Amino acid sequence: MNRREALARVAWIMGGAVVGANLFLEGCTRTATKNVESLFDPETVDFLGDVADTILPPTSSPGAKEAGVGAFIPVMVRDCYTKKEQDTFINGLNKIEEAANEKFSKKFQELNKTERTELLNSIDKEAKEYQKSKDEKDPNHYFNLFKQLTLLGFFTSELGATKALRYVQVPGKYDGDYPYKKGDKAWAT
Amino acid sequence: MADNVYDAIVIGSGISGGWAAKELTQKGLKTIMLERGRNVEHVKDYPAATKHPWEFPHRGGRTQQMIEDYPVLSRDYPLNEKNLDFWVNEKESPYVEVKRFDWYRGYHVGGRSLMWGRQSYRFSDLDFEANLKDGHGTDWPIRYKDIAPWYSYAEKWAGISGNRDGLDVLPDGDFLPPMQMNVVEKDLAARIKEHYKGKRHFIMGRVANLTVPHEGRVNCQYQNQCWLGCNFGAYFSTQSSTLPAAVATGNLTLRPFSIVTRILYDKDTKKAKGVEILDAETNQTYEYFAKIVFVCASAFNSTWVLMNSATDVWEGGLGSSSGELGHNAMDHHFRCGARGRVEGYEDKYYYGRRANGLYIPRFRNVGDDKRDYVRGFGYQGSASRGRWSGEVAEMSIGGEWKDAMCEPGDWSVGFTAFGETLPYHENRIFLDKEVKDKWGLPVLAMDMEIKENEHKMRKDMMDDCAEMLEVAGVKDVATYDNGYGFGQGIHEMGTARMGRDPKTSVLNVNNQVWDAPNVFVTDGACMTSAACVNPSLTYMALTARAVNFATQELKKGNL
Repeated sequence: MNRREALARVAWIMGGAVVGANLFLEGCTRTATKNVESLFDPETVDFLGDVADTILPPTSSPGAKEAGVGAFIPVMVRDCYTKKEQDTFINGLNKIEEAANEKFSKKFQELNKTERTELLNSIDKEAKEYQKSKDEKDPNHYFNLFKQLTLLGFFTSELGATKALRYVQVPGKYDGDYPYKKGDKAWAT
Repeated sequence: MADNVYDAIVIGSGISGGWAAKELTQKGLKTIMLERGRNVEHVKDYPAATKHPWEFPHRGGRTQQMIEDYPVLSRDYPLNEKNLDFWVNEKESPYVEVKRFDWYRGYHVGGRSLMWGRQSYRFSDLDFEANLKDGHGTDWPIRYKDIAPWYSYAEKWAGISGNRDGLDVLPDGDFLPPMQMNVVEKDLAARIKEHYKGKRHFIMGRVANLTVPHEGRVNCQYQNQCWLGCNFGAYFSTQSSTLPAAVATGNLTLRPFSIVTRILYDKDTKKAKGVEILDAETNQTYEYFAKIVFVCASAFNSTWVLMNSATDVWEGGLGSSSGELGHNAMDHHFRCGARGRVEGYEDKYYYGRRANGLYIPRFRNVGDDKRDYVRGFGYQGSASRGRWSGEVAEMSIGGEWKDAMCEPGDWSVGFTAFGETLPYHENRIFLDKEVKDKWGLPVLAMDMEIKENEHKMRKDMMDDCAEMLEVAGVKDVATYDNGYGFGQGIHEMGTARMGRDPKTSVLNVNNQVWDAPNVFVTDGACMTSAACVNPSLTYMALTARAVNFATQELKKGNL
């Protein structure tokens, strides 16, 4: 997606009122994220959705972005995280951009799908090593938090629960000897 | 009749209060049920019951604000976004922890009958004789034969599903058909039965969820979200069961927002003449008068009411002449057990969410078995097939990983033990008059702990579980002890125990306060020992039994 397409998309999301449009046109696809409220900026929601979509992309079922994970994450970070976790998470978003810039000299959202996956795989590897060696009291790695939120947000979303998994709100009965064949989806709850 | 005069007063509207109201009104007594909290109307006031998971902004989790507002609730699973309104406002209703005590309360019509775990088991004579035999606490004034018909009576109305397993330690009841074990559980149960030659059993949980339509109520729909309130009325609650029955008699007055501050004690007649209440909304004081009073305010709050009553006669309150009021507090200690992975069954799954699990009845200190502690424990657990966790080193983002996570993983099985807590005299609650609640009323202070007997038991609670799982062929068996805070079992019992002697007990064989025979305490406060089984069914049975006695005595002119 080029910058003008991105802008058009943001404009569509916002119903025409482009917040931060000037910054956009001046070559910044996303304002640096500094506080929790900035996570709700449409361009940040879009960015969060793209990162989540790289973690859980569309396959035979919709991906995390379409399932609304980009908008779910800010609510969780604002309401459920401690101040410390919020800082870890927000700094982490800027670190994703730094890593994209370092590796590809591009913004994350300017990367193609393969590059995005490659980038996040390397961050994921780093996160896993960090989680393994860290002290219990040390903060979690930001990407660890990001993945947790992505998985939670996706599998409890309407699309995640009903398309990626199976969901029946009122089962009406219990069958404890129900056939399963490889490939059948798991129950959402 | 003046509008503040009734035949009977019931304090509290939870499991015990609801039963008292139903029984009293069905016997023709004009009854007022006083509930300290708001009204909760069946179905109408279960806003979360019909919501999908994605309709909750935090998907059921807890926010930092919730953690700040509910410091006690946040210690364990009850703090959640979905049924937050069913839990007490901790800022309005504080209490004092001399030692850590977790108090999970529901101050509204229905009380904790809306959120309870619904496991429903009978005590046996192993339980009723325990205090006498090992010398802890005082002897129960009843035996199994005294309560057995009332268990049947309670089960038949409430609707308890279960299998008749024919076990002495866990007497069978008048059950609706049992829920179904899944295919893995059936095989594990068969291996346990064979190996232990009838000394240990995995049985289907006995639960207050209907497996067939019952008394005008719809059977369980297997949503497993009971604690949000059930629009089908498929599990027993005040709202689904006892309240509509009481209302149907035309004899019930339900008064929410009514905090009973004391029982009005008449020194001349040596009986209660009524109660005083504080309207929780207007702070106005009112009096209600009746021939009999049933105290069913939940174990420790029932004792709080007694402690605040007749203090001009007894400094420690009504029932304190025994020196036992507030003492012998109990709970079930738990949060330890074992779990493991079940190999195979890849072609098996289940349909529906069963709001119930397996139960392993007590086997320790039964028959010839003798341990280095007294009493015993039972287990609750289940086998299930979870979603694959996605926890592997080599693959952790991307489409292949995602699709793998959309499928079920291995079967696993786990059990949590629930152990009996002894009735220690020194485990007690008392009034702290320095600390006041929102209404200026003194609050309870909690001073209790589990001791050596319980700590020794906890080791068996883990190790025995691991042994049984291994015997049953479970792989990667691991024990756990997540630690236990007194009260966390949400089975508060004692503090106004039944007994045979007014010098050592607060209540007599019929749940009458020795010092005021027209005051009956029939909720968890009355318990003389805790056993290791879930106690609510026993409150139902004792309440119905006490109402029957009370109405007979009224007819005879004895009350």
